[in-house]
Amino acid sequence: MNNKKYPAVCVGLGLVLLSACGSSDDGESSRGSKTVTLVSHDSWAVSKDVLAAFEKESGYQVKVLEDGDAGQAVNKAILTKDNPQGDVFFGVDNTLLSRALDNGLFQSYEAKGSDLILPEYRADEDKHRVTPVDTGDICVNYDKQYFEDHKLTPPSSFDDLIKPEYKNLLVTENASTSSPGLGFLLGTAAQYGDDGWQDYWKKLKANGVKVVDGWEQAYNEEFSGSAGGKAAKADRPLVVSYASSPPAEVIYGDPKPTTAPTGVAEGTCFRQVEYAGLLSNAENTEGGKALLDFMLTKTFQDDMPLNMFVYPVREGAQVPEEFTEYGPLAEDPETMDPAKIAANRDDWVKSWTSLVLK
Amino acid sequence: MALPVAFFGVFFAYPVAAIVARGLRVDGVWQLGRIGDVLTQPDIRHVLWFTTWQALASTALTLLVALPGAYVFARYDFPGKQILRAVVTVPFVLPTVVVGTAFLALVGRGGLLDEWWGVRLDTTVWAILLAHVFFNYAVVVRTVGGLWAQLDPRQEEAARMLGASPLKAWRQVTLPALGPAVAAATLMVFLFTFTSFGVVQILGGPTFSTLEVEIYRQTSEIFDLPTAAVLTIIQFVAVSAILALHAWTVRRRESALRLVDASVTARRPRGAGQWALLAGVLASIAVLIVLPLAVLVQRSLDAPDFAYYRALTSGDSGVFLVPPIEAIGNSLEYAVVATVIAVLIGGLAAAALTRRDAGRFVRGFDALLMLPLGVSAVTVGFGFLIALDEPPLDLRASWILVPLAQALVGVPFVVRTMLPVLRAVDHRLREAAAVLGASPWRVWREVDLPMVRRALLIAAGFAFAVSLGEFGATVFIARPDNPTLPVAVAKLLGRAGQLNYGQAMALSTILMVVCAVALLVLERLRTDRTGEF
Repeated sequence: MNNKKYPAVCVGLGLVLLSACGSSDDGESSRGSKTVTLVSHDSWAVSKDVLAAFEKESGYQVKVLEDGDAGQAVNKAILTKDNPQGDVFFGVDNTLLSRALDNGLFQSYEAKGSDLILPEYRADEDKHRVTPVDTGDICVNYDKQYFEDHKLTPPSSFDDLIKPEYKNLLVTENASTSSPGLGFLLGTAAQYGDDGWQDYWKKLKANGVKVVDGWEQAYNEEFSGSAGGKAAKADRPLVVSYASSPPAEVIYGDPKPTTAPTGVAEGTCFRQVEYAGLLSNAENTEGGKALLDFMLTKTFQDDMPLNMFVYPVREGAQVPEEFTEYGPLAEDPETMDPAKIAANRDDWVKSWTSLVLK
Repeated sequence: MALPVAFFGVFFAYPVAAIVARGLRVDGVWQLGRIGDVLTQPDIRHVLWFTTWQALASTALTLLVALPGAYVFARYDFPGKQILRAVVTVPFVLPTVVVGTAFLALVGRGGLLDEWWGVRLDTTVWAILLAHVFFNYAVVVRTVGGLWAQLDPRQEEAARMLGASPLKAWRQVTLPALGPAVAAATLMVFLFTFTSFGVVQILGGPTFSTLEVEIYRQTSEIFDLPTAAVLTIIQFVAVSAILALHAWTVRRRESALRLVDASVTARRPRGAGQWALLAGVLASIAVLIVLPLAVLVQRSLDAPDFAYYRALTSGDSGVFLVPPIEAIGNSLEYAVVATVIAVLIGGLAAAALTRRDAGRFVRGFDALLMLPLGVSAVTVGFGFLIALDEPPLDLRASWILVPLAQALVGVPFVVRTMLPVLRAVDHRLREAAAVLGASPWRVWREVDLPMVRRALLIAAGFAFAVSLGEFGATVFIARPDNPTLPVAVAKLLGRAGQLNYGQAMALSTILMVVCAVALLVLERLRTDRTGEF
């Protein structure tokens, strides 16, 4: 068809496209240099007054783009890195760190206060492309009531989980789609070694481990110890979650319980650290730097635990009482060098998928 | 023709090619060997196998349940028929997240079946198959039933008079006439179930994966772009084959059939057998379609004083930066723009396809326009993100991306609705007008427009409903501060807590009602010659 015959309709489409461009221009100009954009995963949270204080002090308006779950947000950030959606990215953890760094997601910037970060959380110290912001342990949680009722000792190690008395009790997450799921897999790999973990998972599967896609489903629908799980009449008393989950059960309890209804199996923990970084090609680098500095301030680090249920990485930052009482960080968690994770992650997840899901 | 081609080139072919190339080109060299590598992986073969067999099973089950429905809708007259026809179409335009949720509320833990009999079907393949029937029932009823209603029953009666048994008369007269329509419906259902995403993802758990879900996982979760690119190509080839077959059956269908006005073929059921058939069909609709929708409504009301609906207007749920209720406004705005684009592009394409001098190439374009229905929405979404980010087409930060992606899915519906009607316009009328000195524009306005106005409205209605429900691509490009309704539902479902779940149900119910109203309006506008949807 010759579109000259339809001038009116062409003008119509032209208008639509023009108005689109127009509106995107508006977006650009309002962004300006006084707005700094943070791209993050859905779990980002900060107290309103803390953020307001930063905005007032620095003169920057903070705009937050929550962009899906952790893995998805990282992948999307990598795909759009030439023309990023924001200036700072928060929420890449040690299991995915190498993917972000290898793909050149971040540019160097040593945030003020980096020297106050506890040494065990530091990473990429020669190039300073990322700044550690928070940490937490991925651990098996147990339902205290269930183990009391059944006069059974809760498990305390990976080895315990494959014992017959814990048959059909554990629910975990899909390691290919969920970050606690992946953390748990890496924990077993750290414990049993490159060759031994598959054998361990065979035994775990034989012992009736259940795998669901995400943390929400595992924790709130399958785990009998959580408030959500109780409402859903869930029937698994063991779940892969976080060391900070028991304090969360207390803090969000309604009515507030006198003690945590759940506990942490100490010997099943894997240490997770979350980082933020200044995006390559960021439009507002100065604002981005200020935002990174802010994330290491004592104010922000003190505020973080009760908002995102993670632990601070800064020396001397306050950890809430509920955390120290009901969900302290493990004494001796499993850890793994990010380089080793980078080298093996995809292969391990693939073998795990064939082994456990198929 | 130039405009639809340009539109598809820029907003479909280019982004899809860009994301595939990102996966398969390393340092400027195509890595086509990857295709073989991926195909030999047992996991991928398993996905291919599951995709195919669940699509075959879903299609068979849908035909089994829906063909009697098509017959009843075509031949029987009963009170509430129009409303019911709209009701069975509601699932088809609902976003798959909502469909998945409705089924989860029915067959999942604590669902109706669980409460009554302790039966749980989630994470079994049955939940997926049933949801697919729910989803595609309308495709069969509308495609097959639409034609069936217009077949002249006297032809079959004539065969009977000449001594043929009822079965023989049906087999030799009605079946051949219906055959192409049944084939077309079968292929559409197969296409939709072959590329199923939301249903499988929500109901299947981690164990079941279709090609489309696997493309999503490989792209979004595992970040294995080469594997995702290979899978996209495989799906592309499969979908092209299905569409080529479909185009062929459609052409056969358009061969001359003696059609009559649908209103004269339907009559009240007579005799016990016919009443039983009607009752059976109504019962299957009640169980398979009305029940899941009703569960959704019931769950949304499962708190005193409409608490879930009232919570939608509050901004501090923590899930969004805006009150969820704003998602409704966003969705409506996006859908209106998407409809305008889809009607424009689809209308132009349909007009081009009806031109008598339309050559082979143009007719091939017909099938090509259907491709967005079968290509992974995730691929399109990611393609948009990486391809449309440079001037002159730096649209990534613009809201127009969402309606553009939705229009892609709307265009095939517009084309398929308009095409049969436009083809029915007698060409001599246009020629006569032109000979008498009318400009082409005037010919269109005076000859075509009056005849296609209703079809245009129906096409627009469908494009609108489909845009409203589009989820796959939108979820990748909708800005967090501007969620659409389906995206908001998905986000609410992703958060723990009774209130979030209740709000998701309430939003789904609102979406369902909007779709139902749109469809009821369309029912009143039905043309005398049906399109395919």
